[in-house]
Amino acid sequence: MSAIGKTLGSVVTLPLIWLARAVDYPLRWWQRKTGQGGMAAAFLAPNLAIFGVFVLFPLALNFVYSTTAGTNVLLSDRTFVGADQYARLLACEDYTRAITCREDLFWRAAGNTFFFVILQVTMMVVVSTITALILNRNIAGRGFFRAVFFFPVLLSPVVVGLIWRWILQRQGLLNLIMVNLGLDPEVWLNDRTYAFAATIGVSVWAHMGFYTLILLAGLQAIPRDLYEAAEMDGTPPGRVFWRITLPLLGPNLAVVLVLSLIKGVQIFDEVYVLTGGGPGTSTLYLTQYIYEVGFASILRNPGLAAAASILMGLVLVVLTLVQLWLSRRSEGKGRRDA
Amino acid sequence: MSHVSQFLFRRRGHSNRWHWTDVVTWLWLIGGTILMFGPALWLVSSSFKGPAELAEFPPTLLPYQQITIAVDGYDDPLPLYTVQTEDGGTRRLAEIRRIGTNAQMVDPDAPDERIDVNIADRTPVREIGLATENYIEPLLANDFLRFLWNSVFVTTMATIITLLTNSMAAFALSKYQFRGRDAVMLIIVATLMVPLSVILVPLYSVVNATGLLNSLWGVILPTVATPTGVFLLRQYMLTIPDELLEAARMDHASEWQIYWRIVLPLAAPALAVLAIFSVVWRWNDFLWPLIVLSQRETYTLQVGLNTYAGELNVQWHYILAMTVVTMIPVVLVFVFLQRFITTGIAGAGIK
Repeated sequence: MSAIGKTLGSVVTLPLIWLARAVDYPLRWWQRKTGQGGMAAAFLAPNLAIFGVFVLFPLALNFVYSTTAGTNVLLSDRTFVGADQYARLLACEDYTRAITCREDLFWRAAGNTFFFVILQVTMMVVVSTITALILNRNIAGRGFFRAVFFFPVLLSPVVVGLIWRWILQRQGLLNLIMVNLGLDPEVWLNDRTYAFAATIGVSVWAHMGFYTLILLAGLQAIPRDLYEAAEMDGTPPGRVFWRITLPLLGPNLAVVLVLSLIKGVQIFDEVYVLTGGGPGTSTLYLTQYIYEVGFASILRNPGLAAAASILMGLVLVVLTLVQLWLSRRSEGKGRRDA
Repeated sequence: MSHVSQFLFRRRGHSNRWHWTDVVTWLWLIGGTILMFGPALWLVSSSFKGPAELAEFPPTLLPYQQITIAVDGYDDPLPLYTVQTEDGGTRRLAEIRRIGTNAQMVDPDAPDERIDVNIADRTPVREIGLATENYIEPLLANDFLRFLWNSVFVTTMATIITLLTNSMAAFALSKYQFRGRDAVMLIIVATLMVPLSVILVPLYSVVNATGLLNSLWGVILPTVATPTGVFLLRQYMLTIPDELLEAARMDHASEWQIYWRIVLPLAAPALAVLAIFSVVWRWNDFLWPLIVLSQRETYTLQVGLNTYAGELNVQWHYILAMTVVTMIPVVLVFVFLQRFITTGIAGAGIK
């Protein structure tokens, strides 16, 4: 077994080692010519080049796209329309009713995403906090149970979507349970409310293990002597939770809150496989809207998709800044405490 | 036995009374275990059922297969049924063919006489059995192997390139003093805010312009310069003492050799964490491959699975089996490397 592993390992590593030796000669020449500064540039070059071409340049290009119209992706075939795409997205008679908007699909997606994020994040924070508190107790098999809750995090969104589609379908496991409980079976994903609820439940199922781990790390960092002191004073457990655990877990809770907000706004993969945005538009979220307008549907309009993605990006930037601010604050606090 | 239960259900403190929090804890843990593992186990169990059993309601928990029996005078084995006879008894008959609501059956022990039975009077004889053809048939078909190979190629290449470029950048950012270092760090921090879903349209246009559309490299390259990877490695490399590098420079080692021979091996733990994450990320990637790959022969497993599941006539027996195959590498990572991942998340908050 290990012999096979070794052979396989050398198949992958040998070419890399040869490559590394070959690269050494030109780099030595470069080092003689430019010194350490030049070497720093050489080491940074591959990563920054890929960064530049595939992240920074597209980021700038996005603004250009959002000011053009047409169905062709080639920029030379597109016409400049200024802020028309934004105006189209934002044109609404009554912002509470998507049907009155010029781009009603966008508003439906935005509204769905809004309610999805509110409900999903609330559920995520509550469920992962409870799980972390329980896993932090002195119980047998803690490592095992920690792994249990973490397991779905590694599954691919497509697999997650398919697993749940299979369970929620007409002849699925959930209906088997319903029938055994004496209830009527349902076609869950054909019902607007149930489908919406399913997207929330499934995404919590898939990602809660990740947030639980962050909270668990926070709980384990709380000094034990605080609890011992509280026990000496005979403080009731409820009070210990509200006065010690929750305040000291605060920074981690904030990180979980913002991270799950950021992830929630971008929800796509598992929902796309689970419901495809349906029934109707009841589980159509922003990223799917951008994907469909940009690439898939007959209403293809890359400029509109770019404008919508910039609006979504603005929300994400605000959320990320909040996160950076929070983590810096908690770091500063940690340093003061130490 | 009592030792075991005592160990399993040991509680806070040493009192013998069950506190209500102990009850909640165990309900939560057991319920959670069923909820987290149950769906995946259900998938695996279903993936071994044949198409007929998959369409049944209520479904059985374990995969069953109808017993077939070889009968003299018939080339193919015939499916076996239990038949209610008119006198209230039962007998086992094999079915030759079905005509409307009637089935033409034959007693395996007396193959010459044909018996007409109403299909409502017969139930199939089944035993637990695995429909392994769900796995074998797609594996023999070119499509699925193609998807599998594409996924393996994308995952391997992307991981190797990620490790190389990220570690080189991290080396420069942690071991060199140069002008503009803070600016580079700032750019990398800033790109953390730019998720793929925000730059779909322009990125597609870039990939199109570079001729990488419908190529696996179009999937690999845009994802390899992950800021998280650079961060993780840089933080780790900062802990490697500079004296080691100085000593190597005394011995006339080139900077590249210092990176390749000294820093890289010492950063192995961080590289391992990043490698695991990279493998999971790339293997699970969906949205970007979905956009770049539009020709069937370039599909990765995830895109291929989604296409199969989106077809009008969903062939669940194949899809379930392929989903299980797609799950296998991730489950292996989970079983063997879970510890690395959990420390990676707890330490750096990466996902």
